[in-house]
Amino acid sequence: MNRSHRHGAGSGCLGTMEVKSKFGAEFRRFSLERSKPGKFEEFYGLLQHVHKIPNVEVLVGYADIHGDLLPINNDDNYHKAVSTANPLLRIFIQKKEEADYSAFGTDTLIKKKNVLTNVLRPDNHRKKPHIVISMPQDFRPVSSIIDVDILPETHRRVRLYKYGTEKPLGFYIRDGSSVRVTPHGLEKVPGIFISRLVPGGLAQSTGLLAVNDEVLEVNGIEVSGKSLDQVTDMMIANSRNLIITVRPANQRNNVVRNSRTSGSSGQSTDNSLLGYPQQIEPSFEPEDEDSDEDDIIIEDYSGF
Amino acid sequence: MMKFRFRRQGADPQREKLKQELFAFNKTVEHGFPNQPSALAFDPELRIMAIGTRTGAVKIYGAPGVEFTGLHRDTATVTQMLFLPGQGCLLTLLDDSSLHLWEIVPRNCCARLEEAHSFQPTSRPGSDGASGPPCLARVTVVLLVAEGSMAALGTESGSIFFLDMPTLKLLEGQTLSPDEVLQSVPGDYRCGKALGPVEALQGHLRDPTKMLIGYSRGLLVIWNLAAQCAHRVFLGNQQLESLCWERSGGTLVSSHSDGSYAVWSADTGGSPAVQPTIATMPYGPFPCKAINKILWRSCVSGDHFIIFSGGMPRASYGDRHCVSVLRAETLVTLDFTSRIIDFFTVHSSQLEDEFDEPQALAVLLEEELVVLDLQTPGWPALPAPYLAPLHSSAITCSAHVANVPAKLWARLVSAGEQQSPQPAPTALSWPITGGRNLAQEPLQRGLLLTGHEDGTVRFWDASGVALRLLYKLSTASLFQTDCDHSDSLAQAAEDDWPPFRKVGCFDPYSDDPRLGVQKVALCKYTAHMVVAGTAGQVLVLELSDMPSEQVVSVASVDLLQDREGFTWKGHERLSPRTGPLPWPAGFQPRVLVQCLPPAAVTAVTLHAEWSLVAFGTSHGFGLFDYQRKSPVLSRCTLHPNDSLAMEGPLSRVKSLKKSLRQSFRRIRKSRVSGKKRTVIANSKLQEANAQLAEQACPHDMEVTPVQRRIEPRSADDSLSGVVRCLYFADTFLRDATHHGPTMWAGTNSGSVFAYALEVPVATAGGEKRPERAVEAVLGKEVQLMHRAPVVAIAVLDGRGRPLPEPYEASRDLAQAPDMQGGHAVLIASEEQFKVFTLPKVSAKTKFKLTAHEGCRVRKVALATFASVACEDYTETGLACLTNLGDVHIFSVPGLRPQVHYPCIRKEDISGIASCVFTRHGQGFYLISPSEFERFSLSARNITEPLCSLDISWPHDTAHTSSSEESEKSLRTVAEEEARTRTILIR
Repeated sequence: MNRSHRHGAGSGCLGTMEVKSKFGAEFRRFSLERSKPGKFEEFYGLLQHVHKIPNVEVLVGYADIHGDLLPINNDDNYHKAVSTANPLLRIFIQKKEEADYSAFGTDTLIKKKNVLTNVLRPDNHRKKPHIVISMPQDFRPVSSIIDVDILPETHRRVRLYKYGTEKPLGFYIRDGSSVRVTPHGLEKVPGIFISRLVPGGLAQSTGLLAVNDEVLEVNGIEVSGKSLDQVTDMMIANSRNLIITVRPANQRNNVVRNSRTSGSSGQSTDNSLLGYPQQIEPSFEPEDEDSDEDDIIIEDYSGF
Repeated sequence: MMKFRFRRQGADPQREKLKQELFAFNKTVEHGFPNQPSALAFDPELRIMAIGTRTGAVKIYGAPGVEFTGLHRDTATVTQMLFLPGQGCLLTLLDDSSLHLWEIVPRNCCARLEEAHSFQPTSRPGSDGASGPPCLARVTVVLLVAEGSMAALGTESGSIFFLDMPTLKLLEGQTLSPDEVLQSVPGDYRCGKALGPVEALQGHLRDPTKMLIGYSRGLLVIWNLAAQCAHRVFLGNQQLESLCWERSGGTLVSSHSDGSYAVWSADTGGSPAVQPTIATMPYGPFPCKAINKILWRSCVSGDHFIIFSGGMPRASYGDRHCVSVLRAETLVTLDFTSRIIDFFTVHSSQLEDEFDEPQALAVLLEEELVVLDLQTPGWPALPAPYLAPLHSSAITCSAHVANVPAKLWARLVSAGEQQSPQPAPTALSWPITGGRNLAQEPLQRGLLLTGHEDGTVRFWDASGVALRLLYKLSTASLFQTDCDHSDSLAQAAEDDWPPFRKVGCFDPYSDDPRLGVQKVALCKYTAHMVVAGTAGQVLVLELSDMPSEQVVSVASVDLLQDREGFTWKGHERLSPRTGPLPWPAGFQPRVLVQCLPPAAVTAVTLHAEWSLVAFGTSHGFGLFDYQRKSPVLSRCTLHPNDSLAMEGPLSRVKSLKKSLRQSFRRIRKSRVSGKKRTVIANSKLQEANAQLAEQACPHDMEVTPVQRRIEPRSADDSLSGVVRCLYFADTFLRDATHHGPTMWAGTNSGSVFAYALEVPVATAGGEKRPERAVEAVLGKEVQLMHRAPVVAIAVLDGRGRPLPEPYEASRDLAQAPDMQGGHAVLIASEEQFKVFTLPKVSAKTKFKLTAHEGCRVRKVALATFASVACEDYTETGLACLTNLGDVHIFSVPGLRPQVHYPCIRKEDISGIASCVFTRHGQGFYLISPSEFERFSLSARNITEPLCSLDISWPHDTAHTSSSEESEKSLRTVAEEEARTRTILIR
């Protein structure tokens, strides 16, 4: 009955679409106008209304055609969800404080499959990347400014996410000296600086790094006291997921915190980032797993 | 903020204690020959010898195993050294004119060399009003006078200053100026000219009040220290180089810059003496070079020895490094391959003896020490038990073999004995015998193998403090080389005068660079060995106790496997000699495998139980069955874009670089081998220039900063196909139930290939396996995503311990590996360590060294660390040397960082490249072309010199009473201080 009902609803659509929304153990069913879905804010209000949770902050997710759980948190992805839903839009609601971010992502609704069981052809064919979608702003890993809330305003932490792009990282570093305030007054200390950006490279195209920015940390490890060669090696070793903390040479574009949540005075490429109070864990955790699973294991059973 | 992710395990106090019991870093001994020696001294009473170097190091040697080392605070050249006879004290003069007194002091049951006092002359005249008008600068010679209670310093200005010993305080008012001396010299000799610097000072053996002074201009004076007057004056007119006062005091010998020497009689004739009794130019009549040093030694049998260095005819033999030994009518011109630093004779030190009776002559050369037996007719050379010239041909690789079975050891020793002519039974034993070696007999025998540029492999006894050559294997005779041996025959047939005799073994010239040894591997149970070289040659050898004559079978393996588009531009392969060849007892070649293209072999491994040898070059790797003498496998690892791999080491680009380097070396060498004093001036200049350059440096850097590109490694980086490591293991590759022989290969671009091998099993009790072909099937391929070069591969057993070597388990020499639990493979790349499970290769543990520390892995080895606290507690650790010269130890298989120590300067690239680890937590690296530094990471397994000297302390009652009167007049207040000091030490 259920099946026929769904089928009927889908085929006989006159611009309406069935929505099945799940919060905890409770389901609600309702319909939406496919052609006029409205704004996300309205949809959010509707969900709170039908589930009778008017003042509860929730995260909204939906199951896409592949069965992946993807978040809905703005108009764009809301429209995407509505337009791709066929025939039923399945919504999953979590309380924000109980949210399990790891639930989002590829294959999450089907089953965990062991990536290492992949038997690949011997021509270095890469396996399909296992993309973890964590916070809603990270629909796919892109280069971004991160940890704005925990860093001093004069610093900027940049993640250069190379995965999937054919662009070179495209930057050079050099030795130099910077002036620091120390208990003994001003002191000149050696430092590492970005010396050149390759046109068309990842570093330049993201606009997050600039020539003469001083490099302070590489993937969480301070570079003070380390030689140019050491820092070069550290960056190359982390090049798959490089997180550089810099002190920008141009300090006029710094992100000013504690302003209105929607406002952004920085040159961030991702405005939505600033709207969310950040936690540290989700922004860094995926790093280790990436590089780890990346080793390609080719097992040749032909001989056995 | 993000530190939490990188935090190490909490400091568990129990674990910390255990770590202290397991790991400790010590640099223990320097093996080999001191680099750039510059001074030599010998104490005939204690029979110990000291060598000083241009870097300010002082090394004292006695009986084998007795070694003391000291290092001056400033890296200045040690120009002169003197022992205070019988006291274990050494006075050193550096080229900055500072003097240092070193003492061998007992410290916890053994003795150490420590600096006790130093003296720095005030160099600026007039800066110190009290120090009198003649300025103490540029000390040229030092002599101990008045039985070691004073030191006389001859200076460039011609004045002689006196220092109190052992406090090294300047005795003011005792300075002997040239003016004082000139008063005893007739006016016509003076004729307004200065005497020049003090060139030589000599003491009298029996009369402590007398001192012989030689001035550069040629004037010799016997000065009476007690009476403060000239005893005798000899008016020499030739520029003086060196002086020797004969034992009885009746004869003086002076050597001169024109290559002549003169003998003066001190007893007869009037003073001043104008004419020497004999003046001769031994290699005249054509102009000769200076005789830099001369010795006169008397013998009971009448004829005395005259031994001198230099004096060769300038035009024909001016470039030779010669010491001449003359006795009666017998003259031998010892022809050395490197510059002569100094020499001494070992002779009677007893005051009562009337004659010197020299036993031995020790000559210190720039690159080796040669000792001649002067008592055996023909004056043969004595084999030295230490100070081996490791670099007699440049070292190109090294390997360490631990726990060598006694049987193999004995066979090696016997092969070595057959190589070198055995000394006659009447021959002198090693004459430098001072001190006592307190170190215990080493518990196990360790072999250090060094491969050399000339195609030799030397086997060193590295069990103890003294590194001793056991056996030398030469591979050159298997090949036809450009340089034939007729050359050396022709050399021997040259003029019979001067009577040259080639001495020493330092020979840095290689016939053919292709002979160079790149990798060696030895199976200590079967005495099978692989030696692989620069032209892709892989030699399998077997130890034989008898000389034999046989044909070596030759095979070649194409590693390119018909890949299109590659043409080798490097050197050609070596052409082996055909037909049966005679081989002396020792390692004799059985099979020669030649890689094509003939690039240098970069990795080699041997499994004697399976009779398999694997080898790799920059193009690929091969597997060869040396029992059936047939190739099993070859695989090309070359990336299609890699063109550099086809250039070869002798390509034009690189040879230009090499020749540039060589010409720089030549320039540097010519700077070094100037005259003593010009060197001093030069070095001062260089210092000043260096300082200027340093100041200018930061400025320059602002102009053109060094840039580094940040880019992940790509597959087609150059030389990505270089095979970095090869490994055999009996483990689980196909499935978890069946284990079997496997071979592993790792490349420069982070690829690992694992092959399952089908090796016919030997019947029970049989040594050899049946004559069936070995098969290899590719089982696994791993591409590390970070693409860093794979440095090492090892399989760990079910208990997480490395698999034993072939035969170790079957002969009950090691615990059998656990074949029940799951095996794991440890892959060490230049950037990280990873343990993968087997047979399903999935990452288990890892440590990303480069990402965390910014350093890269240069050398790794698995080692067993034994605890000092508990007799049988051991742990396996992964020892790792980084490109910054630090040594790290990680736990296995957990890969947790345990300890790390700074070991080698990061600028010392050759030192880092030469490092080898032993299986018990020690290691060796080259600190100079001729010296291995030995270090230990284990708290328990330490090889260091433990020795003592029996020293009769100065100012003993018996000693002072013998010459109390003369001393009284000379001693000063400082003596009291000295006395209290000696008592304290005792």
